[in-house]
Amino acid sequence: MEIFNPHSNINFLGIRKLSIGIAVLLMIASVVLIGVRSLNYGLDFTGGISIVADYQQPVAISDVRLALNKIGVENPTVTSLGGTREVSIRLQPTAGMLDEKGKVNLDKVVSVVAPALQASRQDATIKSRDYVGSQVGDELRSDGIIAVIMVITGIMIYLWIRFEWRFAVAALITEVHDALVTVGIFALTQREFDLTVLASVLAVVGYSINDKVVVFDRIRELFRLARKAEPEEVLNRSINSTLSRTIITSLFTGITMAALYFFGGPVVHGFAITMLIGIVVGTLSSIFVASPILLWLGVSKKDLMPKTRENPELARRP
Amino acid sequence: MSDFPRWKYALVVIVLILGIVYALPNVFLPIQAVQITANHNAPVDQALQQKVAAALTQQKVAYKDISITGDHLTVGFVNGDMQKAGADVIRPVLGDDYTIAFNLESSAPKWFRSIGANAMPLGLDLQGGVHFLMEVDQDGVLDKKETSYADDIRSLLRQKNIRYDSVARSATRGQGINIVLRSADDRTATSNAIAAEYPDLNVKDGPSTGDRFVVNASMKPEKLRELSQNTIRQNLGTLRNRINALGVSEPIIQQQGDSRIVVELAGVQDTAEAKKLIGAVATLEYRASIGFPGDPRAVEAAKTGNVPPDANLYYMRDSKLPVLVAKRAIVTGDELVDASSSFDSQSGSAAVSVTLNSTGAKKMLDFTTNNVGQPMAVVYIERVVDTKIVDGKEVRTPTITYSVINDAKINGAFGKNFQTTGLNGAKEASGLALLLKGGSLAAPVDIVEERVIGPSLGADNIDKGLKAVLIGLGLVLLAAAIYYKLFGLVADIALFFNLVILIAVMSMIGVTLTMPGIAGIVLTLGMAIDANVLICERIREELRNGSTPLASIRAGYDKAWATILDANVTHLIAALALTTMGSGPIKGFGVTLLIGILTSMFTSVTLTHAITALIHGNRKLKTLSV
Repeated sequence: MEIFNPHSNINFLGIRKLSIGIAVLLMIASVVLIGVRSLNYGLDFTGGISIVADYQQPVAISDVRLALNKIGVENPTVTSLGGTREVSIRLQPTAGMLDEKGKVNLDKVVSVVAPALQASRQDATIKSRDYVGSQVGDELRSDGIIAVIMVITGIMIYLWIRFEWRFAVAALITEVHDALVTVGIFALTQREFDLTVLASVLAVVGYSINDKVVVFDRIRELFRLARKAEPEEVLNRSINSTLSRTIITSLFTGITMAALYFFGGPVVHGFAITMLIGIVVGTLSSIFVASPILLWLGVSKKDLMPKTRENPELARRP
Repeated sequence: MSDFPRWKYALVVIVLILGIVYALPNVFLPIQAVQITANHNAPVDQALQQKVAAALTQQKVAYKDISITGDHLTVGFVNGDMQKAGADVIRPVLGDDYTIAFNLESSAPKWFRSIGANAMPLGLDLQGGVHFLMEVDQDGVLDKKETSYADDIRSLLRQKNIRYDSVARSATRGQGINIVLRSADDRTATSNAIAAEYPDLNVKDGPSTGDRFVVNASMKPEKLRELSQNTIRQNLGTLRNRINALGVSEPIIQQQGDSRIVVELAGVQDTAEAKKLIGAVATLEYRASIGFPGDPRAVEAAKTGNVPPDANLYYMRDSKLPVLVAKRAIVTGDELVDASSSFDSQSGSAAVSVTLNSTGAKKMLDFTTNNVGQPMAVVYIERVVDTKIVDGKEVRTPTITYSVINDAKINGAFGKNFQTTGLNGAKEASGLALLLKGGSLAAPVDIVEERVIGPSLGADNIDKGLKAVLIGLGLVLLAAAIYYKLFGLVADIALFFNLVILIAVMSMIGVTLTMPGIAGIVLTLGMAIDANVLICERIREELRNGSTPLASIRAGYDKAWATILDANVTHLIAALALTTMGSGPIKGFGVTLLIGILTSMFTSVTLTHAITALIHGNRKLKTLSV
């Protein structure tokens, strides 16, 4: 079975001004969104208390919030965990949740929250409870940023050695684009951004570079094979001949991530959705963004020819 | 066709068999069990087994199996409720001689264990339990060390008959001790004496004015580093001992970063007891005491506030009587090797038997030899951390409270072993002994993060994770078979074995399986197929270009290999960075991804090539099913 026309010759490079324009626009929009709306940081980063409550019968989020307001909890974040019977509650501690030393005591938290929830709904039970101190989050965030930088530089160095500096730079720019747009969508939708999501942003970078390298590899191959290598034509042919694999792989990976999203439960929701977003963004940037950058950087046949060892004997011959 | 050499077939077969064997233990569901280990030299034998079995039968608590493996007795139960009921029955029957712990026992046949094939341990998010992140107060350790050096220098100067104005710690922490002397000669003598006696200190002359001659002695940087490393190591050791006393099987106690310790206790739901043991920071200091509690001098000092300069005024823990004790400690808690609760043979009251290390023993012997008949106090130091929110930020202020728990006459010279009496009943004695066991905490620790995961949530997560893996795998298998026909089926076999080998490698290394780890497995499955997509697309291209089927296969694998390698190495770099990220769950994801990329390179390329060569190798082909 084949979905794609093997002899397709779509002129992707022809619309490079449009595609790069959109990419730049998306990046700017993401930066603005992250700056203005900020991310809805999860407990890992903000610190505080998080509780997962389970109900035997479906429950309305507003009822849970009301029950918490009655015991003086201000602005609790109540979200449904994939269904109507399980809710996640995030809150800042009230006086009744601290022990005699002024520290958050999870047992006390439960002894305050559980009766409050059960007062309105007897079928409520508390399934898990977390407390994270705020200074831990700050460190995690800087660790995460360091990890992202490490990934991107590591990949750049590899591509520089294996290919050429233009490929490294093109990869760098598209990686930053993919990561930014993925995070930007989180800022837009205000989905919770926790440690798992941060990890999956890194996984997105890994996935998307995988995608680009396949195209780059073909570009190098075609440049070396072609007798008269017109860069724009070579790039177009490379994208076209890898198009079917780019999309099929995205579909296959997308299928598994969709399975994870629908069946893996709330713990991996953030992970799966980030990957799904990242796969779409990464695939599009492989097709529309990476190659135009290469073209503008001036990729050419002679930069990609295998380095022949300089032979002094040959040089001396007339 | 010798496209695929024999030795490669052999390699593939061996790897597959090993993969299956080492992955299999994960198929057997673990049984909720109670593990009984002896505390001292109590026997673990048939008699014990019968005793436990009889107790369970009498209380009508059904159990699945009971057996002795190694040095412990394991009783398996049908579910978590029975397990808890069972433990409640067993505990009073066996008393203090045995530790009773909740455990997950593998139900895989025994021979798996004998070849080192074990199931992956499950993370907290998959089996429920508590997670603590603790911070070790490195500053506190430095303070303590510098104070003790200041004391040592004071007595050294006294011993050498060097007159000094003052010996005090520098105002900034870590800057060492400033000694103010009265003449340049004294300064030289002091420098020499300190340098000779304490090689760990850097001695240099400080700024001198008029008749003030200053020497600064500070710890060498490498010693400071060593101190901070030892602090963590000692804390880890102490925590391990304390937690073992809690009766949790296979607790995770790991260092994280420079000053943090992660503790994960599977199966524990009640954090109160765990926290009491982990968080309480109690130290003992043995100090010379000036008179007994309620001594007129102490009462006077308490009334007027005039405490002698070399003494502290503390109060007895129970009677609240004032007592004056020397500022200098003879022996501190970190010189304690062991402490266990016992009964004082003379009074019959509760006591703690203490064993000191050699330096502690020497100091103790020196002191007690010269001070028989004199009182010696045991100062109990408790450290509590207050957390207040000031301007939206957490401010943590430690408060240290001192109390004297015992002040007794030294009945004779002793060193290594002795008893501390005067404790309030057997309960306090055993509680204190527990805390002191394995040496007291050298540095105070604060809990900075705490998570409790209910057991039902854990079971839920396992179900969902398993479902996600199986459905994800199934869908990709189906899609590949439809899209690439025969080659798709070959890729499917490879993908299945990728899962098997991935699990086998994770089990062999002992990676703890967590929810992010499962997500990593699913992602690996989705991306492993990429190599096959690359190969199949290449073969199709070659066929379209008019190559013969066999040549197409060969060219397809050859050309795709370079791409697969480049793509996987870059992906590997990303996975590597994930494994370096601090926190446990992310690490689990990174490690899974890392192993998955490596195994997928084997299965997607080598394994599929082997199968393809086997199918197409000896036949004349007109077409390929790709």
